Amino acid sequence: MHGESIALVLANWRMPIWTIVVGVVCAIPCAVLGCFLVLRRMSLLGDAISHAVLPGIVLAFLFSGQLSGIPVIVGAMALGVLTSMLTEALHHHGKVAEDASMGVVFTSLFAAGVILLNQVGRRAHLDADCVLYGLIEFVSEDTVDMLGMAIPRVLVSLAFTFAATVVFTVALWKELKIASFDPTHSTSMGINAGLMHYLLMAMVAGVTVASFEAVGSILVIAMLIVPAATAHLLTDRLFAMVLYAAAVAVISAVTGYLLADALNTSVAGMMAVTAGAQFGAAVFLAPRHGVAAKLRHNLLLALRVRSEDVLALLFRAEESQGNGGTSMGLPRPLCIKAAGEGLLAAAALRRLKRKREAESSPDGRFRLTESGRERARSLVRAHRLWEAYLSEHSVLPIDHLHEPASRIEHFLGPDLQREIANSLTQTDQDPHGKPIPPTALRDQNP
Amino acid sequence: MIEYNTAIVLVGASLLGASAGMIGTLAVLRRRSLVGDALAHAALPGLCLAFVVLGEKSMPAMLLGALCSGVLGVAIIAALRRWTRIKEDAAIGIVLSVFFGAGIVLSRLIQNHFVDGSKAGLDSYILGTTAGMIASDVAWIGGAALVSLLVVVVFYKELKLVLFDVSFAKIQGWPVVALDLLMMVLIAVTVVIGLPSVGVVLIAALLILPSASARFWTERLDYMLILATAFGFVVGLVGTAFSARFSLLPAGPIIVLTGTVVFLFSMLFAPRRGAFARMATLARFRKSLAAGELIEFD
Repeated sequence: MHGESIALVLANWRMPIWTIVVGVVCAIPCAVLGCFLVLRRMSLLGDAISHAVLPGIVLAFLFSGQLSGIPVIVGAMALGVLTSMLTEALHHHGKVAEDASMGVVFTSLFAAGVILLNQVGRRAHLDADCVLYGLIEFVSEDTVDMLGMAIPRVLVSLAFTFAATVVFTVALWKELKIASFDPTHSTSMGINAGLMHYLLMAMVAGVTVASFEAVGSILVIAMLIVPAATAHLLTDRLFAMVLYAAAVAVISAVTGYLLADALNTSVAGMMAVTAGAQFGAAVFLAPRHGVAAKLRHNLLLALRVRSEDVLALLFRAEESQGNGGTSMGLPRPLCIKAAGEGLLAAAALRRLKRKREAESSPDGRFRLTESGRERARSLVRAHRLWEAYLSEHSVLPIDHLHEPASRIEHFLGPDLQREIANSLTQTDQDPHGKPIPPTALRDQNP
Repeated sequence: MIEYNTAIVLVGASLLGASAGMIGTLAVLRRRSLVGDALAHAALPGLCLAFVVLGEKSMPAMLLGALCSGVLGVAIIAALRRWTRIKEDAAIGIVLSVFFGAGIVLSRLIQNHFVDGSKAGLDSYILGTTAGMIASDVAWIGGAALVSLLVVVVFYKELKLVLFDVSFAKIQGWPVVALDLLMMVLIAVTVVIGLPSVGVVLIAALLILPSASARFWTERLDYMLILATAFGFVVGLVGTAFSARFSLLPAGPIIVLTGTVVFLFSMLFAPRRGAFARMATLARFRKSLAAGELIEFD
C-alpha cells in the first residue's frame, strides 16, 4: 500500500464509524416501535405515515432552512397523528375500505410533498434523492461541535428520538403491552387504547422523520417493520421480541454499511436488504415458527400416525387370528397399504423395525414385538374407548363412529383414556361388540 | 393547436388513467389496493436486473423484468401469509421495503459500475417522467389497456362473483385461485406499464383514487367499472394538461392530486353515499322520528 493512501485512510477513519453510529441510532428506535406496529397489525400505517410526512418536512425546510431538528420532529408527529386520523375518518365516516382509505391519504399527501419539494428544491439545496434514499453516506460531512467532538448534525435529532423512544417504551410498557394485545380489555381496565394508538402514531412519525435524512422515506419502512417481523418469528414474548428486533436492527445497520462500502452502492438500500435477508433466514430457520421447524414437526407427526396405523392393523389381525403371541403376522403390501402407500409408508415401516415394535420374517411378513404389542393395545383401546364414548354421548349413528375414532386414537394418552373410561357405563366392549383391550399397566402386573 | 409531443403525452396519460381506473376497481373491491403499491415497489429490482443483463435500456425487457419481480413480490406476500405467522400488513410492508431497498442497491451499482450507467435513468422510474412519453410508450399503454378491457369483459361474470362473495364462488365450483391470479396479473401489468410515467410511489394512487371515487356514486359493478374508467381518463387528461400548461409542475403528482380532488368531490357530493347526502338522510330520519311517524305515542 502506498504511504499516502494509508494517511488518507487514517484521516478518514472517523467517517465509517459515524455512518455506522448513525445507522444504529436510527435503526433501534424504529425497530422497537415497529414491534408494536406489527403486533397491532398496523404495519401499513407506518408505511403511510412515512410517506405522508413528506409535505410537512418540505414546509419545515421552507421555514427553518433545515431538514432535521426538534421543531421539525414535533411538527411531523402532529402530521403523523393527522394521517392516522384522516385514514380512520375516511374509513368510518366515508365508508371507504380501510386499505383504500389509507392509500388515498398517503398517496395524496406524498404527491403534494413531491410538488412542494419540486418547487422548493429549485430555490434551495434540497433534492428528491436526499428525501427518498437518505444520505447516510455523507453524514460526517455536516457536523456540529458538541462535547468537544465533531458530531454529525443528524445524530443530534436521532439521539433525541432514540431517548424519547426509550423513555416512551419504558414508561408506558405495561400500557403498550395490554393495548397491543387486547385493546378492548385495555379500555375496559381504564387504559385508553385509542389514546395509546395516537401516542404510538406520534412516536412513529417522530422517529420516521428523524430517520428520513439518514435512510430516506421509503427505506425507513424496512427499519420499522422488518426487524420487528423477524423478532416476531423468533419469540412469543414481547420483551424478548423488542430485544431481538433491536439486535436485528443493529446487525443490519453494521453489515449493511460494510457490504455497501465493499460494493460501492447505497448504504440505506443495503441496510434494508440485510434486514430482509435476516427475515428470510428467520422464516425458514426460526425454532418454533420457522418453515423448517414446521415441516419437521409435520413429517414426524405423519410418520408417527402412519406407523401407529400399521401397529393397530397388526394388533387387529392378531385378534382375529386368535392366537396372541404366535401370530402369523401380515404380508408387507398390506402393511404398506395401512401406512398410506408411498415413500412415507416405507419410512414408517422402517421406523417400526428400528424401534423394535415390529419385525419382519424372511418370508416378508410383519409381526408385532412385545413392546409393539403394548403400544398397539393402547391405540386400539383409545380407538374403541372413543367409539364407545361417541356412541354414549353423541348422536352419531353407529357406522359413523370409526372415522373420528381412527383420527383421534393417535392423540389420546393414558390420562385421557382413564377419563373417558370413567365417563362410560360399559368399558369392556365397544359399540360394534369388539372387546376394549384393558390398560397396559394392569396387563403387565397380573 | 397542441404540439405533437403534448398530444402524445395527453393520449398516453389518459389511456393509462382509464385502464388503471378499471383495473383498480377490481383491486379496491377485492381489498387489494395496497398490494398494487407493494407490486410497484417490488418491480424496481427486476427493472434494474433486466438492465444489468442486457447492458442497455430496452423498454420491453425492462418491463418484463419489472413484471417478474413484481409478481414474485406478490407471491412472497401470499406465501408469508399462508405458511408463517406474519400477517398480511407486515408481509406487504416487508416485501415493499426490502425489494425497494434491493432496487436502490442495484440502481446505485449500475450508476457506479457501468460506463453509461447514468444514462439508464433508473431514478426516473421512482417518481416517473410523464412528459418523457413517446409514441411507442403510448402504443404499449394502449395495448395493455385493450387487453385488460377484453379480459374484464370476457370474465365479467366470474370476476363479479369472486369480488362479492369468494366463499360462494368456491362452493359453486369456480376456480377462485385462478381468477384471483388473473386479477393479480391484470393489476401487475397495469402497474408495470404505468411505472415509467407515474413512478413507483404514485402508481398506487392511480389504481385507488378513480375506483374509490366511483364507489360513492353507484352500487353496481358495471356502472362502477365504467365510472372508474371515465374518472381515470379525465384525471389523466386534466392532470397532464394542467402540468403542461404550468410546465414547472411535475405531471405524476399533479395527476394524483387531480384524482384526490375528484375523490374529495365524490365523497362530499355524491348522491346517497356522499357525506352531504348521508347527513341529509340522517336529518330527515331524525325529523320523522321527532314527528312521531315511526313510533306511535299514546
